[in-house]
Amino acid sequence: MTTTAEPGAATAQAGPDRHTPEALQAEFDAAVAADTRIEPRDWMPDAYRSTLVRQMAQHAHSEIIGMQPEANWITRAPSLRRKAILMAKVQDEAGHGLYLYSATETLGVSRDELLDKLHAGRQRYSSIFNYPTLAWADVGAIGWLVDGAAITNQVPLCRCSYGPYARAMVRICKEESFHQRQGYELLLALSRGTDAQHAMAQDAVNRWWWPSLMMFGPPDDESAHSAQSMAWKIKRHSNDELRQRFVDICVPQAEILGLTLPDPDLRWNEERGHYDYGAIDWSEFQEVLRGNGPCNEQRLERRRAAHDNGSWVRDAAAAHAAKHRKAQA
Amino acid sequence: MGDDALVLAQRLGEWAGNAPVLEEDVALTNIALDLLGQARTLLSLTGDEDDLAFLREEHEFHNAQLVEQPNGDFAVTIARQLYFSVYQELLYTALAEHGGDLAPLAAKAVKEVAYHRDHAEQWTLRLGDGTEESHRRMQQALDALWRYTGELFQPLEGLGVDLPALRERWLEQVTAVVEKATLAIPQGADHTPWAAGAGRQGVHTESFGRLLAEMQYLHRAHPGASW
Repeated sequence: MTTTAEPGAATAQAGPDRHTPEALQAEFDAAVAADTRIEPRDWMPDAYRSTLVRQMAQHAHSEIIGMQPEANWITRAPSLRRKAILMAKVQDEAGHGLYLYSATETLGVSRDELLDKLHAGRQRYSSIFNYPTLAWADVGAIGWLVDGAAITNQVPLCRCSYGPYARAMVRICKEESFHQRQGYELLLALSRGTDAQHAMAQDAVNRWWWPSLMMFGPPDDESAHSAQSMAWKIKRHSNDELRQRFVDICVPQAEILGLTLPDPDLRWNEERGHYDYGAIDWSEFQEVLRGNGPCNEQRLERRRAAHDNGSWVRDAAAAHAAKHRKAQA
Repeated sequence: MGDDALVLAQRLGEWAGNAPVLEEDVALTNIALDLLGQARTLLSLTGDEDDLAFLREEHEFHNAQLVEQPNGDFAVTIARQLYFSVYQELLYTALAEHGGDLAPLAAKAVKEVAYHRDHAEQWTLRLGDGTEESHRRMQQALDALWRYTGELFQPLEGLGVDLPALRERWLEQVTAVVEKATLAIPQGADHTPWAAGAGRQGVHTESFGRLLAEMQYLHRAHPGASW
């Protein structure tokens, strides 16, 4: 909706009727229909704004909580090359968190506010990060499956109707694809390594496969926000569509890896031209969302501790900046 | 030098996800990555980087005791970074000028280290000249680590750099930052009483064994495997 980039000019030309709620809504709807990007200064429905805040904040939170399961292995990485790759990845995630908080701030909320909500458990992060990383191979499984699922979800977001979000996703997807390839390559090295390494890789895939499928969210007939988000072009594809796309990509990749996926019902369906897959245990998903996953408490506790232990540092930086400003004035 | 960079990278890696602000998660990991890169280059000059990192025991490591010191609070980490990055910048500058085998590496690394030093200086200023609490913590951190600084300037044979001569410039630079931060240069010995040479001769502090146990366990559990 870049046509309103010069609000002064627009006001001068158009009469006051351009600003009735109906007119604003019509202009917004037309912009969405025409695939024009909505920008921060544009009028938007309150519900559109709050949906975006919810989704983008959750996305940002996922990046920073997502640092924990992988950072868990930085000090124990088995080679210096792998250690460097993992450190770079965790650093990228902090960077993605920063982009996404900035993008969310364009909607009129502050990063501090969002972090407070995360720490209070009032905003969510991706359920996947409530699973533990129990072995080195988990780092590879996260790269291949978790980042793979994230990319499948996020590539369509590069065309999302809200400009700042779409642009953040373009940058993030490039880096995520790189991480995903590295995770795949890590698993490949293990799979082709010693028997113990192969077993470690298979065990990690067994534990991460189903949680990765849950990353696409509830089935279409139970997804509360889907229809509205698709109408607003925040979302471009349904949860089940994206999940199917992901399964179809993963099966041949698993074959190349020499690893199996833990689903006895997984098979090619000639008629549909897709892989059929087994039923997802949605009760587990609901439990994890309710806070009862294996690491929910630990992840949030760690995040709060980092924030609380750092408060004197942030206070010091603020006090120093205030003194410095005063001194310059 | 490779061990210094490796061990400090390992310590900084422990900060990932635990920093006071997201920007510091990025910065500390960034510094750790630079140091790990330096370590890999330096270790590769003398053998296989992974054999050297994962298959030596405590007494075979030659890093200074300063870099193995636990992270402590953010002030301790910053004090360690200040002492070490000023030293490293002087050392790499001297190596680059000296023109020996290490000159190309040093010339590249000195750019990274200048950034590390700037980061440590900025935080020393913020913490020293911030709140009462941050001032107290920063001074405590500088004091606690002071006794590990002398070791950095022990003469090292074959390096081609007069390390003892660097100490004066190091002290000048560190003093300038510390005083600007309204803090004081610690009084007292810059060596522990029993350890002449210490880390450089393979004599380490207690926490170092645990650092290696964590770093090496997986590699050692799968002898000969490639990763």
